[in-house]
Amino acid sequence: MTEAVSRRSDLRFRIGLNLRSIVGRAYPRVIGANREPSWIFFEAVLPLLSIAAYVFIYRAIALNQVAANPADAPRILANMNALVASVVLGGAMVAFWLNVLWSMASQLYWEKEIGNLQLYMMAPMNRMALLGGMAVGGMFMTSVRAISTLVAGVVVFGVVFQVANPLMLVAVFFVTLVALYGLGMFFASLYLLWGREAWNLSALMEEPIFFSSGFYFPLGGLYQSGGWGSAVAVLGSIIPAGLGLDALRQLTLGETAFGGKFWVLSAPVELELLVVLAAGFLILARYALAYLETLAKREGKLTSRHQ
Amino acid sequence: MSYAVETRDLTRVFAGKRKHWWRKPKPNEEESGGPVTALDGVSLQIREGELFGLLGPNGAGKTTLIKILATLLLPTSGKAFVAGNDVTKDPFPIRQRINMVSGGETSGYGLLTTRENIWMFSQFYGVPSKVSKARIDELMHAFGLWDKRDAKVRLISSGQRQKMNMIRGFVTEPDILFLDEPTLGLDVNAARTIREYVMNWVRGQSGKTVLLTTHYMAEADEMCDRIAIIDKGKILACDTPENLKRMIHTQTTFRLEVDPLQDTSTFQRMNGVVNFSLRDDASKNRTELTFILENEAPVAEILSAITAQGAKVHALRKTEPTLEDVFISMVGRGFE
Repeated sequence: MTEAVSRRSDLRFRIGLNLRSIVGRAYPRVIGANREPSWIFFEAVLPLLSIAAYVFIYRAIALNQVAANPADAPRILANMNALVASVVLGGAMVAFWLNVLWSMASQLYWEKEIGNLQLYMMAPMNRMALLGGMAVGGMFMTSVRAISTLVAGVVVFGVVFQVANPLMLVAVFFVTLVALYGLGMFFASLYLLWGREAWNLSALMEEPIFFSSGFYFPLGGLYQSGGWGSAVAVLGSIIPAGLGLDALRQLTLGETAFGGKFWVLSAPVELELLVVLAAGFLILARYALAYLETLAKREGKLTSRHQ
Repeated sequence: MSYAVETRDLTRVFAGKRKHWWRKPKPNEEESGGPVTALDGVSLQIREGELFGLLGPNGAGKTTLIKILATLLLPTSGKAFVAGNDVTKDPFPIRQRINMVSGGETSGYGLLTTRENIWMFSQFYGVPSKVSKARIDELMHAFGLWDKRDAKVRLISSGQRQKMNMIRGFVTEPDILFLDEPTLGLDVNAARTIREYVMNWVRGQSGKTVLLTTHYMAEADEMCDRIAIIDKGKILACDTPENLKRMIHTQTTFRLEVDPLQDTSTFQRMNGVVNFSLRDDASKNRTELTFILENEAPVAEILSAITAQGAKVHALRKTEPTLEDVFISMVGRGFE
């Protein structure tokens, strides 16, 4: 029997290895993607068009209401600003949802197609470090794009935000991203199992999620509509963007916006739920990936191209 | 004796296509979609510091064996150890010590430069950034890729890309390197650079082991300390290139270039013919026949059989045995 020989495997080495792996895998997203300046047009300018459509509709409705009831103009215009701000915020968060769908969930499948996946699976790093690197890189890259959309929205549409609790705002934003990318990490393994059908699933999850998560309107309105509307909103809240956006809107527009009627839950409760979702999705991602690796090794069908 | 790689009765069966009750199988699908035995009781011992070759035609099981050793695939039965660690039970210490490069690989990201791509992969092995960058520069000089260090991967040629892949394999300083057809489709110069670097890497330092799979005979002959010949998942022979060739030293090898033949079944029945193979050369509209003979006596009978079919003999030469002749002698066909 040959004597087993091992290199370093202590905790310090493993932590260093996995941190390096996260940085290594995040690098192509952080650096590589910004080498294509076309993103400015596609991911910062084009989303403004979707936002603009909603903004013009909300403004037209508000101006009609003001014409019909001039005495109530201050309240109507305040509501309109809150609606426009909600749309701009939602438009910025769309970038994260699209990134989760197309650059997280579909990523492992794409890595398999170009031949990277088996090299990743052969490396000694923890598999969660691989997904973590993809997520960190995606968050950073998309944050730059989302901020561009937000700034452009503020400048073009003259939106006013009022932030009373910046710490809470940062916490909600951060936890929302972790939950969203945790979901993306979980989806990444599932998409790989499902193969090409996964692309259709991504396309299918764009518009319905925009609606059920309230990307372009306050989600509380859908919750309170009763019947199917409430059911759709509850289901949409499983996607962390729904609760995250609702909390972000409360923290940037004030709890009293829309007369305080259109919020799903209070921001602290939503933060707690987001923490639960984040932890849940990360755990699911961990086990889905472990299952995927075992399946890949057993069947030999997942890590190699054309199999 | 310390083995870098050891397999015992290793078998891998692929289950084949799943059958669904709602879909009728297409004609001939039953046969092609069934289980496939890619490895069949393979037992090998590769010593530390050895440049070991696995020689066999396409579909022989070479890549399957490498994938099991690289912890990417589980064996159906049998055992495999790399650096003394069981591939099924303890992959982490194995992964720290190995790397793998395949021919025709398209890994990496086209937007990154060659240097950035290699650096990225080195991070997955925990190589400190500074050390990694220094090694990359050194290896880029050695492989003649220095000029392309800042070129985006999508803009370089396939030969340059393969050199980049090779550097990715060496940058982590593995103790055991798996090379799966590393010179596949490369031009002569690029292939030579890779072969020379691999040979120097193994022989210039102690404890480095390479398992090379190839179906290029000359490459295996030139590079390897020992070679295992594999076909249909079974190891047919394992020895030094010299000893393998010596196995058929008492036999005689003849190569003939003839017009295309109608019937070749008579050759196998002739006395003194150990085995033979034929390869059609469509560009010349000719057939190349290789005969392994016990002695020179059957040559006249072979020539008669060819001319009796109205075919012309364009060339006839007696040659020194090659590894391909060893293969033909064992299985009765060439690699192509």
